[in-house]
Amino acid sequence: MSAKEYRTASAARGGLLTVANVPNIAFGDRVHIRDKQGNTRNGQVIRSSNEEVLVQVFEGTAELDLESTWVRFLDEPVEIALSPEILGRVFSGLGEPRDFRPPIVSNLRRSISAAAFNPAARTYPKEFIQTGISTIDGLNSLVRGQKLPIFSASGLPHNRLAAQIVRQAKLPDDDSRFSVVFAAMGVSYADARFFQEEFASSGVLGNVVMFVNMADDPPVERLTLPRMALTAAEYLAFDLDRHVLVVMTDMTHYAEALREVATAKGDVPARKGYPGYLYSDLAEIYERSGRIKDRHGSITLVPVLSMPSDDITHPIPDLTGYITEGQIVLSRELHNQGIYPPVHISPSLSRLMKDGIGKDFTREDHPHVSNQLYALYARALETRNLASIIGADELSARDRRYLEFADAFEGRFVQQGEDEDRSIEETLNLAWDLLSSFPPQALTRVNETEIAKYHRQSG
Amino acid sequence: MKQEDKKGTIQDINGPIVTIKLPGVQNGEQVRIGSLGLYGEVISLEGEEALAQIYESTEMVRPGEPAEGLGHPLSVELGPGLIGGIFDGVQRPLEEMFLKAGDQIPRGLSPLPLDREKLWHFVPTENLEPNMPIIGGARLGVVQETETVEHRIIVPPNIEGELIELAPEGDYNLEETIGQVRDRHGKVHHLKLYHRWPVRKPRPYQSRDNGVEPLITGQRILDTFFPLLKGSKCAVPGPFGAGKTVVQHQVARWANADIVIYVGCGERGNELVDVLDSFPKLKDPYTGRPLMDRTLLIANTSNMPVVAREASIYVGITIAEYYRDQGYDVVMLADSTSRWAEALREVSGRLGQMPVEEGYPAYLASRLAAFYERAGRVETMDCGKGSVTLIGAVSPPGGDFSEPVTSHTKEIIQTFWALSKELADARHYPAIDWVDSFSADVGTAAEWWHENIDRGWEKRRAQALGMLARDAELSRIVNLVGPEALSSAQRWVLEGAALIKEGVLQQSALDPVDTFSSPEKQFMLLNLILSVYDEGATLIELGIPVQELAEMPVLARLRRCKELYDSSQIDQLKTFRDEALNDFKEIHSEYAQRGEQTA
Ligand SMILES: Nc1ncnc2c1ncn2[C@@H]1O[C@H](COP(=O)(O)OP(=O)(O)OP(=O)(O)O)[C@@H](O)[C@H]1O
Ligand SMILES: [Mg+2]
Repeated sequence: MSAKEYRTASAARGGLLTVANVPNIAFGDRVHIRDKQGNTRNGQVIRSSNEEVLVQVFEGTAELDLESTWVRFLDEPVEIALSPEILGRVFSGLGEPRDFRPPIVSNLRRSISAAAFNPAARTYPKEFIQTGISTIDGLNSLVRGQKLPIFSASGLPHNRLAAQIVRQAKLPDDDSRFSVVFAAMGVSYADARFFQEEFASSGVLGNVVMFVNMADDPPVERLTLPRMALTAAEYLAFDLDRHVLVVMTDMTHYAEALREVATAKGDVPARKGYPGYLYSDLAEIYERSGRIKDRHGSITLVPVLSMPSDDITHPIPDLTGYITEGQIVLSRELHNQGIYPPVHISPSLSRLMKDGIGKDFTREDHPHVSNQLYALYARALETRNLASIIGADELSARDRRYLEFADAFEGRFVQQGEDEDRSIEETLNLAWDLLSSFPPQALTRVNETEIAKYHRQSG
Repeated sequence: MKQEDKKGTIQDINGPIVTIKLPGVQNGEQVRIGSLGLYGEVISLEGEEALAQIYESTEMVRPGEPAEGLGHPLSVELGPGLIGGIFDGVQRPLEEMFLKAGDQIPRGLSPLPLDREKLWHFVPTENLEPNMPIIGGARLGVVQETETVEHRIIVPPNIEGELIELAPEGDYNLEETIGQVRDRHGKVHHLKLYHRWPVRKPRPYQSRDNGVEPLITGQRILDTFFPLLKGSKCAVPGPFGAGKTVVQHQVARWANADIVIYVGCGERGNELVDVLDSFPKLKDPYTGRPLMDRTLLIANTSNMPVVAREASIYVGITIAEYYRDQGYDVVMLADSTSRWAEALREVSGRLGQMPVEEGYPAYLASRLAAFYERAGRVETMDCGKGSVTLIGAVSPPGGDFSEPVTSHTKEIIQTFWALSKELADARHYPAIDWVDSFSADVGTAAEWWHENIDRGWEKRRAQALGMLARDAELSRIVNLVGPEALSSAQRWVLEGAALIKEGVLQQSALDPVDTFSSPEKQFMLLNLILSVYDEGATLIELGIPVQELAEMPVLARLRRCKELYDSSQIDQLKTFRDEALNDFKEIHSEYAQRGEQTA
């Protein structure tokens, strides 16, 4: 492959470099930029004509001067080298080793911007994954191949929750091979170390591939990082038949990097300065999870994002929610009450739960129990609200029962230890403990058979 | 202009927007570009240069590579073999692509949408003979497309003249001539079982008709409270997770339509798989046949190139019009029209057009209106009746209904099923807000209900809505000063409204019984709950404490009726009603006795 080199840079602005008079350069081509000092930067062609090529420079254009900059077009898209050796390794957003070990040598290289999966090639995700966390397993179950983000905010324990999921996630009676792909964008050293130690202490490190971009690394590398990570995940899942859990944190940093580049390019902003294509861009990432017909592996995606100013309607959580198959929302209020994990169940949802639970999967009463808890808790929150206005003493006996339920639900069902790994049986039994504080006729979401079998007063 | 003249080269690649030098190409014409032969269409011309939007990723395409014009605008193939299939946004057959090319969608590949080899048994229309004049839209004959759908082979709308030949009954493939028509210029057209039609051009009809009957969806809040007429336009707006897709899937499953076209426009791949997996196993409640036998899917998932997303809803609506022209009632669902609007925005942004609101181009409103205008009930070219009902999901950013796509859509449609986050968070499904939703067609729907189900429909509907409104008012009072401030009668209103919410409005799409409710059952449930309420209200007037009524065991059962009795068990429901009302009578007489004793 012939790589072409030019010294015709004509403009540098933000992360963008314009190169004049370079014919036949491919759109999306990879670029190396060599500066005066002889250091190489990386880039990608984002617009190409014979007169002018626009290059997005991942490390930025600071300190580049136009005269002494060499631009080399590699004539290949951004790729990642793949082999089973990637397990246990740490890479940058550009796929370069970050662990002081040699690069991966392999004939297998793949472009990180994969073509979309054909919907006709997909199989519907159905296998319940037990995370050992009641609010997830009982009320917002995760299934293999699902994309289920954690909506968090600064200062909330999303990393601890993600780590607990990685530690505990398993399929009941299944010991098939699993791997973790961890993608960190704009994280602090403390957070990166936290995950590394987590993986080491739970003994999964040899099954983890890490892609890390620190808070002080070039933001633009955050754009390639999740694509690197997912290309690696696809390789593990669909070439090596592994069940891959991909944890990505923090998608908010990703979206901010995208906004930065879009602004530099002069793209028309839609909301809060984010480009109109943020939805499609995020979808390109999130839709790479799933199950494929006749393939044994799967990609389950748990992205973590922080909601700017705790605002769920901010474009980043909003567009994410429009793409993913549900969301686990953390609440500052619960966190401040000392409840871990502070999962706020009302806005939380798992859309794929319906086909992965119930008879033959978890337990026959699971769908109804989940529904019933939701309904009671919604009513209980209303009652709590009322009590705060008129005082708890003014409530009727019926309403007081709801109030007590809210406390018990948060204190016993939501609250659990960081090392507490509850089986789905335990979670459902705990649910019935709470439901049994109501007389059977107040429970209209569970059916009469279920009441007869599980309600403490009927048993 | 001859085909071979239209060869040119690529000048500039800006994502999906590519500038090509291609003299003689027309605006709207299909092009293929680059060494891979990617498909696209010309969206503007300037001198010898044309701007084209490309339906596929342009990664690794270079300036200087070839480009050619195909001589026709984006068109779809219309003929037997559409139903049961899944196509992408430009009508490429996805099943076949999967078999040919594997898990991912390759670029530059374009298998024909319809199978050319398959033989169809054609039965010509009786009394149709050579030398007869024939018009566009006239029925040449039929083939059985699926067990439920008889595919009527019609003369393409733009051809008319003299029928000079019609094939006898027999088996034909799509490319065989089954009829010949000589037009008034003497040109002979060879008609086949299929024809092509440009997607951006509405198919013609004789005249428009008013809607006359409701589309029955089997969903109580829709049919009973916010009815939609066949041939009408409807929007389903709501924040993420509120239930737009479930509403649309439910309509696709249970609506009494002949043909259902489901367009997944910029949404999730798994949602289409869900349809593909579940529909063949579900039975159409009217014909007993697998639902897939009347359903067709168009899929442009959110990760597919955005330009094809813009095309997908036109592909869908053109196919819908084609079945309408055969005399069918077609329902087309588009999930989500917001993603389509975003595709418009994306392209207009790349073209440097002036954005007006939230980055959307000025023509957003007119494009939306023109699209929805393709819905309607019509008299077809051959004097039959057909309809296209259009139901579009809208995904407002942040759930804010004042944003451009929702607000423009609201001005166009007749029925508005507004989904609310509060209801969804409380797991009140379908989370359709009875305050924000509306239907402009209640009057027409009432005529149908009165004639076919019960004369009391409109009254009962109004009573229920009235109680829900009172409920909201009274709840506000409770939240200010506590429940003690309410009278017994007022508290009974709260109980009654709760019964309506749980027993009528809430309907689980996942419950095998509750998922579909026939009109008879819908009215039975509503009538039953309101009768119970009325009885209770009388008792309360007599001084019976509301507590006593609220704790009656029959109320718990009343809430469950919807899933205890399916649509065929109307008689059992009647029996239950008699028992329930009897319970109230007993209290009445007990109370009367007590009253006598104390007196
Ligand atoms: N009628 C219903 N019965 C039972 N569950 C429902 C119903 N409606 C919605 N749900 C629940 O709500 C979830 C979200 O619904 P849905 O996927 O339709 O939302 P949406 O509005 O299409 O969201 P998005 O805009 O993100 O696509 C479903 O997965 C299901 O769990
Ligand atoms: Mg949806």
